[in-house]
Amino acid sequence: MTLLRIWQRLVQTARLSCGVPDYEVYVTHLRTHHPERKIPTYAEFFRDRQVARYKGTGGRCC
Amino acid sequence: METTAARPTSTLGKIIWAILAIIGAACLAVIALQRGEPINAIWLVAAAVAIFLIGYRFYGKFIEHRVLQMDPSRAPPSVLRNDGLDYVPTDKWVVFGHHFAAIAGAGPLVGPVLAAQMGYLPGTLWILFGVVLGGAVQDFMVLGLSVRRDARSLGHMLREELGPLAGVVAMFGLLALMMIVLAVLALVVVKALTHSPWGTFSVACTIPIALLMGVYLRWLRPGRILEVSLIGLVLLLASIAYGAHVAATPALASLFDFDAKSLAWLLIIYGYIASVLPVWLLLAPRDYLSTFLKIGTILLLAIAIIFAAPQMQMPAVSRFIDGTGPVFQGQLFPFLFITIACGSVSGWHSIIASGTTPKLLSNEGEARMVGYGGMLMEAFVAIMALIAAASLHPGVYFAMNSPAAIVGTTVEHAATVISQWGFVVTPDELVRTAHEIGETTVLGRAGGAPTLAVGMAQLLHNILPGEGMVAFWYHYAILFEALFILTTVDAGTRVGRFMIQEIAGLVHEPLKGTESWIGNILATTICVALWGYFLYQGAVDPLGGINTLWPLFGIANQMLAAIALMLATVVTVKLKRERYAWVPGIPALWLVICTLTAGFEKVIGPISFTAAAQKYTQAMQEGTLMAPAKNLGEMQRIITNNAVDATLTAVFILLVLTMLGFSIYAIIKALRASAPTAHEAPRVALASLASGSI
Repeated sequence: MTLLRIWQRLVQTARLSCGVPDYEVYVTHLRTHHPERKIPTYAEFFRDRQVARYKGTGGRCC
Repeated sequence: METTAARPTSTLGKIIWAILAIIGAACLAVIALQRGEPINAIWLVAAAVAIFLIGYRFYGKFIEHRVLQMDPSRAPPSVLRNDGLDYVPTDKWVVFGHHFAAIAGAGPLVGPVLAAQMGYLPGTLWILFGVVLGGAVQDFMVLGLSVRRDARSLGHMLREELGPLAGVVAMFGLLALMMIVLAVLALVVVKALTHSPWGTFSVACTIPIALLMGVYLRWLRPGRILEVSLIGLVLLLASIAYGAHVAATPALASLFDFDAKSLAWLLIIYGYIASVLPVWLLLAPRDYLSTFLKIGTILLLAIAIIFAAPQMQMPAVSRFIDGTGPVFQGQLFPFLFITIACGSVSGWHSIIASGTTPKLLSNEGEARMVGYGGMLMEAFVAIMALIAAASLHPGVYFAMNSPAAIVGTTVEHAATVISQWGFVVTPDELVRTAHEIGETTVLGRAGGAPTLAVGMAQLLHNILPGEGMVAFWYHYAILFEALFILTTVDAGTRVGRFMIQEIAGLVHEPLKGTESWIGNILATTICVALWGYFLYQGAVDPLGGINTLWPLFGIANQMLAAIALMLATVVTVKLKRERYAWVPGIPALWLVICTLTAGFEKVIGPISFTAAAQKYTQAMQEGTLMAPAKNLGEMQRIITNNAVDATLTAVFILLVLTMLGFSIYAIIKALRASAPTAHEAPRVALASLASGSI
């Protein structure tokens, strides 16, 4: 694994730990499966995920 | 039924594992048998690493192949329901990191510190063996079950496998646990900040810092989490540094000097406001900061322990295993197993392991690493916390963690009492420690966080010496825990609100609507009132609060773990794999025994809440006042609080017994059935799905 790849994985882990999944993956998913839907900008995507994180049972332990 | 064949171990592999086993056994022998002179903490670290590796390689694999029969060729929910958002097949290291960040909290840092009053050996053994045979089994099995069930939640699986009524009972148990968790964690913050202007100032600074970060993320640079977290970190460190100035300036210090009652009220008000504000403003940015700070601090602690290699100053086994300890009451059995919950077995993890993690696993074959391995990592954090506490001067440890009712309120009195216990300490040493950490006193700082902070500060000071650095590190550690706990309180209040609305929805459907503004406010008020009640009770408690509330928390947490393990046992039998039912069954039974015994001792008997209430009732009848009550009203309040605690404990006992009944019924039914009756989702072969279409 190259250093760049390790860094990318670390960033992905850090973001996921904060409840923000990979934006690129979501965009690819939308393009392939839901071409009719509007692709959100990163800012829109981020805001949506921010709200989603604190619904339901939450994601943290005592 | 297909089982994935484990690859046979090569000869070299066998030799390496045998050497590792010998190393582990040798380290344990040193830890357990060394008497007289203090041992080095590195022995504990080495023993833990060896035991965890062996447990992961052998017991973890056994569970993977025999009990859960994980199948790497089977499509997991992340592939079947891929939506690019919640369900996404993700790299196993990324899932592992995310899972660990979600499970590791303040719990493993507090319990082991409190348990150190019995010496470091009982806690170490319970963490090492409890996690390999219980905690990691629970996390892994719940994850495995959830992955096979479309990533369903624990509550959903309980309803499906044990019946709808069992689901409702568990829901109440979960809500009660949540409220106790929030109260006890908030109390840890109260204990750490009482009459500590420096600590209170830096914690207060996190509010404007988080608001600033929130605005920055929302409007200036949307989504730049890492960037904004770095800015936040710099501001936090600046606030700690400036805190020294605040503490040293009487006019400023008086603004941030509060007693326990006022701090409790401030936290209740803060918790209420924070949980109704939009998440992006305060909660989310503080969450990012505390997540990164948490991982960073755990790494820092590991580095400090390895490089400082401290001697354990606490005896291996102290005289307090007889139940007369000042930090918490009760004998080794069952109270050690209640006090160290997180780090050994943590029921709360069953929520995470059936939450986001199963939606991300890209393959069933990775569940062991994430579920079992993730919990072993948390146990390692618990071992480090235990080392930090046990490497402190025992006299300082007991001065910090003993209630004023036992050691008094002056250093002279405390030093005399503690020296009589056999932990010789002079008043001067206590004053010097307080001075070193930049505080006026170390007395009455129960709750784990301050003790860990002193331990960590001294370790870090050993490797990074400098004038006044102990005080800086102490306040850094306090700030880290407070930041983390405040995030939990805020997020937990929101979760509690949803739970209350769900329960209310059972009675009156429209109350369930989470969009209803009145419903939200009402449920939030109930939620804050519930944990706020227990927090305030802790703040006025004669034994300092932690002594009273931590056993309640431990009983509740282990109760949830017992429920999760009972579910795993039931499903194992339902799958017709009853010959492996002992794997989750034995830890489930152990936790049932521990929670019931501890529960009974807290309801009836000399250390019970009932006995405490009676003592005050008797004093009231005789017309005398008992400390810390200053008038009859306060006496009455202490009596009521103890009665409430006794009732709650009785409810927990009833809950465990009910769930045990449901489980036994389900097991008997499953044994009678001729075919598997578990509710697994149908198998879809991973190979049958064209790659790229997911």
